[in-house]
Amino acid sequence: MTGPDEKGTLMRPDTPRLVGEALTLGYDRRTVAEDLTVAVPDGSFTVIIGPNACGKSTLLRALARLLRPARGTVLLDGADIHRRPARQVARTLGLLPQSAVAPDGLTVAELVSRGRYPHQGLLRQWSREDERVVDRAMADTGVAELADRPVDELSGGQRQRVWIAMALAQQTPLLLLDEPTTYLDIAHQVEVLDLCARLHEEQGRTLVAVLHDLHQAARYATHLVAMRDGRVVAAGDPQQIVTTELVEEVFGLPCRIIEDPETGTPLVLPTARRRSVPAA
Amino acid sequence: MLLLAAVAVLSLALGAKPLSLADVWHGLTDPASPEYAVVHQGRLPRTLLGLAAGAALGVAGAAMQTLTRNPLADPGLLGINAGASAAVATATALLGVADLDQQVWYALLGAAAVTVAVHAIAGGRQATPARLALAGAALNAALYSYVSAMMLVDSTSLERMRFWTVGSLAAARTDTVPSLLPFVLAGLVIALLVTRPLAALALGDDSARALGARPGLVRGAVIVAVTLLCGAATAACGPIVFVGLLAPHLVRALTGPDPRRLLPWCAVFAPALLLTADVAGRLLGRPGELQVGLVTAVVGGPLFLHLVRRGRVGRL
Repeated sequence: MTGPDEKGTLMRPDTPRLVGEALTLGYDRRTVAEDLTVAVPDGSFTVIIGPNACGKSTLLRALARLLRPARGTVLLDGADIHRRPARQVARTLGLLPQSAVAPDGLTVAELVSRGRYPHQGLLRQWSREDERVVDRAMADTGVAELADRPVDELSGGQRQRVWIAMALAQQTPLLLLDEPTTYLDIAHQVEVLDLCARLHEEQGRTLVAVLHDLHQAARYATHLVAMRDGRVVAAGDPQQIVTTELVEEVFGLPCRIIEDPETGTPLVLPTARRRSVPAA
Repeated sequence: MLLLAAVAVLSLALGAKPLSLADVWHGLTDPASPEYAVVHQGRLPRTLLGLAAGAALGVAGAAMQTLTRNPLADPGLLGINAGASAAVATATALLGVADLDQQVWYALLGAAAVTVAVHAIAGGRQATPARLALAGAALNAALYSYVSAMMLVDSTSLERMRFWTVGSLAAARTDTVPSLLPFVLAGLVIALLVTRPLAALALGDDSARALGARPGLVRGAVIVAVTLLCGAATAACGPIVFVGLLAPHLVRALTGPDPRRLLPWCAVFAPALLLTADVAGRLLGRPGELQVGLVTAVVGGPLFLHLVRRGRVGRL
């Protein structure tokens, strides 16, 4: 990371790098969220949760510069993300989108290499540095041995790791993931989330993920943003904010909360419809 | 490269009157030789046209397929060539435009109009590959009926354009390629310049934007390039089918789907394919010849079905 912008000349030290301020978000005429303010703490693994259609993916798209807010601004390093050069943003903020498609026959190594796009130019083509970064990204995600396999032949979990590797090759301090575990079975969900946690802890990247599963969110997040109907109901350390009241309010789900015996994080247990009485 | 050179030599040598390699050389270099006229008036312009049109159709097809992520995207199937043909037919039949220099402009206009129309009919921004292909097929059929109608209305243009409507290199004259070349070169340069962002765009719009590419800009550039390439090729040769569709598929089997390798190789391989078809048409149709558009259709159709059945035509 070089250049004055990455050092954050415009920033006060207490302002996070990625902030959404008073955002009104929507598609065409349909407004999904109004006056939404959210900050992504630097160095956090932020997870956005909420029921379907609460606007969590829309918020992520706005933070990723894919959706222009109708009102309000997304600030990246203190500047409006839509006013900064696309390439510069792409060197700071990476995204694993929901709608990622790999052309048939594209190999893992080729796909991961495309993450180098924002670092290349017409005159600056493929370099040793690119090679090194791509190899590292594949090693970090455990897909190095798949390098020459076509992406379309991989399992869902492998494929997701390859896409994460591509985002890593982009070498961005911030990484956004839009529902990275959807369509994966439970083992692959854990595999992908463990990988994210590792990237967060070992490489100090700031991660923002949209997740469906409240339990996984509470387990992996260091900062939780709970949304409902286009507004943030609560944000903070999951240990502190995940309460029966919050779950009731956000999901409309009566529940009990116990301590996750594995991690000590909050574990949400939905109240059973009818409690069976053990026979005496 | 070697393949292309070999086919080009064959294209110079073979025809109604076969020449030996020595004759070809003399015909090319020695104005006094008896073969000079055959080579310079007939076969050299024809071969050069084959090279230019082949490169244009191959690169246009590869760019379209990558851009739309649609393995069936082809300037022919999307109606772009038909649009160029219809415009040229109109200009020829109704306005009496017989000069290639002018026909090219009508062809570009027709190609551009159909590109916009296909997109609009397919639903604009919501256009899916399948809807694009359907809209293209519909326009294709309509425009070719229109071209046929034009031919019937006016018997002199029927005479002039009979071969042109099936796609032929036979009309090539010494000034054909020079009038064509600026458009083809411009199209090729634009297409090759956007291969890098095109590679990003092939991962989906969201991924491309996350990588810092600008999908709208890339799309616009590709559409301009394809219009230039197809308009120019169609104005000179008529609508030659399957080259723009097949060449990228065959090349992709060797290079993989990366447009940074696919497009340049299509610029080499597609002309070889087109010239081979042209030479084959000259040999098969003796003492006359089969139009190259017929050869590519007859050979390309089954070959394409074969590719589809083998599952080579995947999601792009």
